[in-house]
Amino acid sequence: MASINFAAAQHALVPDETVLECLERNGHEIPFSCRTGVCLSCMMRLRCGTPPRASLDGLRQGQIEQGYFLPCVCRPEETGEDLEIEAPTDAELFGRAVVSELAPLSAAVCRLRLRTSVPLFYHAGQFINLRRGDGLMRAYSLASVPRLDDTLELHIKRLGGGKMSNWIHEELEPGTALDIQGPNGECYYIGGEAARPLLLIGNGTGLAPLYGIARDALAHGHTGQIHLFHGSRTAKGLYYRDELNALAQAHENFHYTACLSGEEAEARAANGAREGRAEAVALAEHDKLAGWGIYLCGYPPMVKTAKKLAFLAGAELANILADPYEMQDLRRLPRD
Amino acid sequence: MSDSLYQRIGGAAAVEAAVDLFYRKVLTDPDVSAFFDSTDMDGQRAKQKSFLTMVFGGPHEYSGKDMRTAHAKLVDDGLNDSHFDKVAGHLQATLEELGVDAGAITEVMTIAGSTRNDVLNR
Repeated sequence: MASINFAAAQHALVPDETVLECLERNGHEIPFSCRTGVCLSCMMRLRCGTPPRASLDGLRQGQIEQGYFLPCVCRPEETGEDLEIEAPTDAELFGRAVVSELAPLSAAVCRLRLRTSVPLFYHAGQFINLRRGDGLMRAYSLASVPRLDDTLELHIKRLGGGKMSNWIHEELEPGTALDIQGPNGECYYIGGEAARPLLLIGNGTGLAPLYGIARDALAHGHTGQIHLFHGSRTAKGLYYRDELNALAQAHENFHYTACLSGEEAEARAANGAREGRAEAVALAEHDKLAGWGIYLCGYPPMVKTAKKLAFLAGAELANILADPYEMQDLRRLPRD
Repeated sequence: MSDSLYQRIGGAAAVEAAVDLFYRKVLTDPDVSAFFDSTDMDGQRAKQKSFLTMVFGGPHEYSGKDMRTAHAKLVDDGLNDSHFDKVAGHLQATLEELGVDAGAITEVMTIAGSTRNDVLNR
């Protein structure tokens, strides 16, 4: 069985164990969040050895060249090779950002704007990890667009049992400094295909990256049709309706559809939302997707279902970009 | 005829052209889709690419043992000759749709057919 060397100690792995699990079993506290290779919270660096390919998926080429890998999806038994690893220093991964604004967008969602001393080079739709003073860290997607906005914009949904989201909603104040890591992720607008139709489907605060991607595409002079479907179970989860309607007014190729999948028939009638889950409404309306660019952001079950539906409707898998929200505090709770 | 099957069929570009077509066919076939359903569609697509590369006569690292290991759980779940035949049919339809010439299709189907006992763990 392979082993890992960390902090001058050798730890043997048990079958099917990840590097993260092995370190935890041996008493090391490693920051983590999603544990599925998505959020990059637990990113570590190799001193020696080649990790299994799966632990490099989701990293940029530059990060791989610097020896980074993801311990939460790294099972050394797959290669049988011993690894010598280290935790990256804070300065290598984190920068500072100051809260410049906190504003409610609905009863459940607030907008957090951050200013960095050095401009962050990112694409709308990527995500950053936000860390507060005591080390608690969560990933949030970027709704802002570098060429349009001078702050970073995040949408924070308040979640029952959500440590970070409740703290942001209740206690965080403008002027507070936070650590940020990123940008991360591959879910962003890709230029060079200006006429390609785009289908953007999100639920909850999966709207944040989609709002950024749509505005980024329009700012790039995208000429193809852009259809954004935002779903929520409850009316209070449908936020930014005025902004999205205004965007549709300003751009004849941008279309916005709100979808409500809960029991609120009155709320649907009142604000013109469609009935059903966003992916179902979107795919019923657009069922021939060959050549389309597809963006899927939000809760993992929706992302998974929509990916399959879009693929079966003719979209090429390479043209389906997804940002599933894996949430540490909520994995066993129902989602809306 | 000095060119290999893989070269005649179009190499990596042919695999790329065939993989989404093939994967879509098996996923929409209710008789076999359950065996291809996965939480990880990109991972599934990568597996289908390796499979197509192999049956197109291209460079691959599959061994009979890998084939057995990879399908053992599916055989436990009921994978049998009828499923194998249906998937082979989807492969043939994919090649015909792409306009691959009949001779090359026969060669591909022969390679695919040669994996039957390993796939079905017999």
